[in-house]
Amino acid sequence: MGLIEDLTALKNSAVERINDNNADIEQLRIKLLGKKGELTGLLKGMKDVAAENRKMVGEVGNDVRQTITELLKQKKRAQEEYELNKQLQAEKIDVTLPGSVHHVGQPHVLQQIIDEIEQHFLGLGFEVIDDIVDSPEVETDEYNFERENLPKDHPARDMQDTFYITPEILLRTQTSPVQSRSLEKHDFSKGPLKMIAPGKVYRRDTDDATHSHQFHQVEGMVVGENITMADLKGTLLSIMQELFGEKHQIRMRPSYFPFTEPSVEVDVSWNEVTPDMNPEDIEWIEVLGAGMTHPNVLRMDGIDPDKYSAFAFGLGPDRFAMLKYGVDDIRQFYLNDVRFLSQFNRKGN
Amino acid sequence: MKTSLTWLNEYLNHEMDLNPESISDLAEKVERTSVEIDSNTTIAQEQDGLVVAKVLSVEPHPDSDHMVITQIDAGEDEPIQIVTGAPNVAEGQMVILAKVGAHIINHENGELIELKAVKLRGESSYGMLVALQEIGFSDKIAPKDFEEGIYIFGQEEDLTPGDDAIVALGMNEPVLDTDLTPNRADMLSMIGTAYEFGAMLGKKVIVPDFDLVEYENEAANQVNVYIDDQELVSKYALRVVNNVTVKDSPLWLQKRLWNAGMRPINNIVDITNYMMLTYGQPLHAFDLDKLNGRDLHIRRATADEQMVTLDGEKRKLRVGADIVISADSEALMLAGVMGGVSSEIDENTKNIIIESAIFNPSLIRATARRHNLHSEASARFERGLNWDATFNTLDHAASLVDALAEGQVAHGRIVAINNERTDTHLTLSTTRVNKVLGTSLTTDEIASIFDQLAFTYEKNDDVLTVIVPARRGDISIEADLIEEVARLYGYDNLPVTLPYGPTTPGKLSKQQRQIRASRRIMESLGLNQAISYVLTSPEKAQLFAENQNDGMVTLDYPMSSDRTTARQNLLSGLIDDVVYNVSRSVQNIALYEQGRIFITNEINAQPSEIEHIAGVLTGNIINSSWQKNKQENAVDFYDVKGIVESYLAQIGTTDIYYVATERHSNMHPGQTADIFIGDEYIGFVGQIHPNITKKQKLAPVFGFELNLFSVFNHIVENVQFNPISRFPQISRDAAILIDKTVPNGEIYTSILETAGEHLVDVTVFDLYMGPNLPEDKKSLAYTLTYQDSDGTLLETDVNTDFEHIMSELQSKFNAEIR
Repeated sequence: MGLIEDLTALKNSAVERINDNNADIEQLRIKLLGKKGELTGLLKGMKDVAAENRKMVGEVGNDVRQTITELLKQKKRAQEEYELNKQLQAEKIDVTLPGSVHHVGQPHVLQQIIDEIEQHFLGLGFEVIDDIVDSPEVETDEYNFERENLPKDHPARDMQDTFYITPEILLRTQTSPVQSRSLEKHDFSKGPLKMIAPGKVYRRDTDDATHSHQFHQVEGMVVGENITMADLKGTLLSIMQELFGEKHQIRMRPSYFPFTEPSVEVDVSWNEVTPDMNPEDIEWIEVLGAGMTHPNVLRMDGIDPDKYSAFAFGLGPDRFAMLKYGVDDIRQFYLNDVRFLSQFNRKGN
Repeated sequence: MKTSLTWLNEYLNHEMDLNPESISDLAEKVERTSVEIDSNTTIAQEQDGLVVAKVLSVEPHPDSDHMVITQIDAGEDEPIQIVTGAPNVAEGQMVILAKVGAHIINHENGELIELKAVKLRGESSYGMLVALQEIGFSDKIAPKDFEEGIYIFGQEEDLTPGDDAIVALGMNEPVLDTDLTPNRADMLSMIGTAYEFGAMLGKKVIVPDFDLVEYENEAANQVNVYIDDQELVSKYALRVVNNVTVKDSPLWLQKRLWNAGMRPINNIVDITNYMMLTYGQPLHAFDLDKLNGRDLHIRRATADEQMVTLDGEKRKLRVGADIVISADSEALMLAGVMGGVSSEIDENTKNIIIESAIFNPSLIRATARRHNLHSEASARFERGLNWDATFNTLDHAASLVDALAEGQVAHGRIVAINNERTDTHLTLSTTRVNKVLGTSLTTDEIASIFDQLAFTYEKNDDVLTVIVPARRGDISIEADLIEEVARLYGYDNLPVTLPYGPTTPGKLSKQQRQIRASRRIMESLGLNQAISYVLTSPEKAQLFAENQNDGMVTLDYPMSSDRTTARQNLLSGLIDDVVYNVSRSVQNIALYEQGRIFITNEINAQPSEIEHIAGVLTGNIINSSWQKNKQENAVDFYDVKGIVESYLAQIGTTDIYYVATERHSNMHPGQTADIFIGDEYIGFVGQIHPNITKKQKLAPVFGFELNLFSVFNHIVENVQFNPISRFPQISRDAAILIDKTVPNGEIYTSILETAGEHLVDVTVFDLYMGPNLPEDKKSLAYTLTYQDSDGTLLETDVNTDFEHIMSELQSKFNAEIR
């Protein structure tokens, strides 16, 4: 029965050798369990064991193999874990150093305001007209002025000094001519005309902190059979709350524009307005002009003012950006100082 | 218009409350109902301690030859000693004393100062005798008589020492300065303003009353008027007043003028101004005795005609355009704008003519603009006058000349022309009002608004026929009446709704989406959006323009030489931006701009507007501030080209060619490529010519400019899914030695053309020039990748294809395969 003792001895010796910290596990595996290994060598003695004992000796042999295999596996795992930990320790870096830079450009702050206005009105079912055909920056006197109810010697032409190219061609002073160009093409069988027209406009002004010879406007207009001044008020309240925040209010004051009647100037509250607030504590800031489109304007565009009514408004992205971000000099918008441009990076706003 | 509420109260049946709180409520109400208020103030502001005082004695100052010692009666028990340097002080005068403790405004810096007792060269002074300019009057309104000294009250004024000088001078009158829109000509008068405020406050207007006494001598015997051109004037009337005494106006009248922002001059001129302020009708007074002859003509200026206007300017008149009133052949005044020096009223004037007229508004406007002479009169003529006030104002003025200048009004009003105005009758239905405003007003509510406005009307069921009063020339159509209803009903009371009716889709066109996508791609590639000025100099407008022969859009009347011409390229504006940034020590710049360029081919027609996109890169692309291998990477041609390539790929174009070019005179001839999609030229990319960048002391700047319309022409619309091959790829590397002058683009094209069907990718992985190679050669290395979508490729097939390409390169470019 020497084989059983030999097997047990091998098991004991194997456990000891595997548990040695310096053990090379793969080498040991081959030495102990390999084809020419110690266990295989011992088990070759099976042929000499009496037949009635073979089962028992076989079981002992299996137990020895299983124990050694399991132990080798455990030891190997432990060693790998140790090695990995050693490597991870070695790879430790200073995670507080700055990351590599991935440059992302910003839309211009004026573009951001225009985009915000555009998104809002797209949601209200408006078209955006800003193409070269219906919204040219170089306009005719006819569309810029005459079709806006401003004949050649109208006093209100003083209000907007104009860059003329020729007596009939000029840099548009307003985005209002887009109204006429859109109205001419609109098919009212497909519903009312609801449009905004963002774009550049030009005035003969000396550039200073509050004046710029080039700035932006977003003209808006709705023409339909049941368009009211209350609709204008609601539309303007919605865009002002979009731009300045939901708790801001608007007020309309009488004004004069040749192309609207009634005409109003619209103020937005600089502070948030709560229902219990004292009216004197609201600070109002003038932000835009608006009104019900003048019947003469509609008539010149081929629209029957008795059948259709319309409202129009003019938003000033430059002014909005100045108010919203506290920019104190309109020239900043056109100098493209990188330190200025890169400040407006709240993309989700 | 500066509107004294104290004065305005005279024309209202119930006076307005004038405590500060009510005035501030009123101002708010006016802003919400009528017009903007520029200011709500008094001349006095916070000043106090000013009293009327009598000069009892004037003694020389022992230690000063320009100061005197005065004893002043300020209504107190004891006289007050005041030392003054005023040259015009004299015994017996009634003057203004600022007492010790008084607060007055320092007219140099606007600060409120408190007066203290002082010693002036050893003599005590317990206060100060003041000029109007020292107590808040601007130079523009203070009478000229006292320019060099203190203010002295007129002898006839009923004043007692100790009276509050602030009240005596009307400095406490609250004045609202209304900022009138061009349509509200009616509010350029106190009466018109009274109607407006009355409508707002529920008060009625009382129009002023006067008695006119005419003397026996006939006006018509003293002057004749001829209208040479009926187009010039709609109404023209004169009054003659004889034997006037020209002197200062009484204080009550002076107060009205200076509170309205006008300077008192003399009683005659003041009366004309006072009447203009009251009724809105400008008047003019001529010295009858200074006229050449007795015939006045209203005519257009003749060739080379000149005159000196009351502001002292000698003016060349525009022949056939300016309206003049002339006597004999001499132009007396620029009608409706300003009088002339030659017939000016002075202290010796005895006989006067007063003119009241309605001149052609457009001609007056043109004259005022031409001579840059915008007077109180021209402002009123331009905007339109009340046709019912012309003669009444004239008569009222004449009666005042009688009262204040002891003049004798000659018999008869000389009327040279008196065109009649037809009343404006407008109908307005309640349905229409509510339809336009979105309200639910009743006919009675609407009618009561017209009652408030003192408009007369007839009411038939729910239709009002409104007769518009002559003072409201701005109201001519139904919409104007609706505005009156809306603003008096109150914009605050309008409901808040959104338009309803058929739904309309809110969507962008394909081109709009493409432009917006172009901007987003540029931003995702690291470029900030710039918006530059469209107007620039002619040189810059064409700096990178495609065709130097394209017509430029040039301003007729520019404001400065660097903003005369609309740009024909975006790059020059971006280079301006680079210069601006670099001069402020921002060295690393990546900007793009999307916008229009302008080309005119036919004068008198609108130019072509073309959407472009352009970008600039300069400095370093810094990827890390501290990792050595990622630091300070100076931008080069391939950085900017990479941006263009990524953009063109992302926007959805293929088939793009880059061709080396030297044709752009402002681009580096060795680092610039024209870009084509298929056969169409779309723009260029390269280094800005060092000639430009060196002049501005810039590091190399790289840029591109693309015509967006050309790019959009080539966007591949239908994207179809391409199955991803399951079969393995086989790669072959090829290094070829080739003449330096052969561009990669040609080799690349040649590879593609001869590739066979399985080549899926060609990538350059090395470029080598230098030691170990002949001087005129370079080594280029490519990885060619082969794959078949339907099966595993055989090495032999790939070898055959590869060899085919190599032999083509050998024969075509004399390449050596290494």
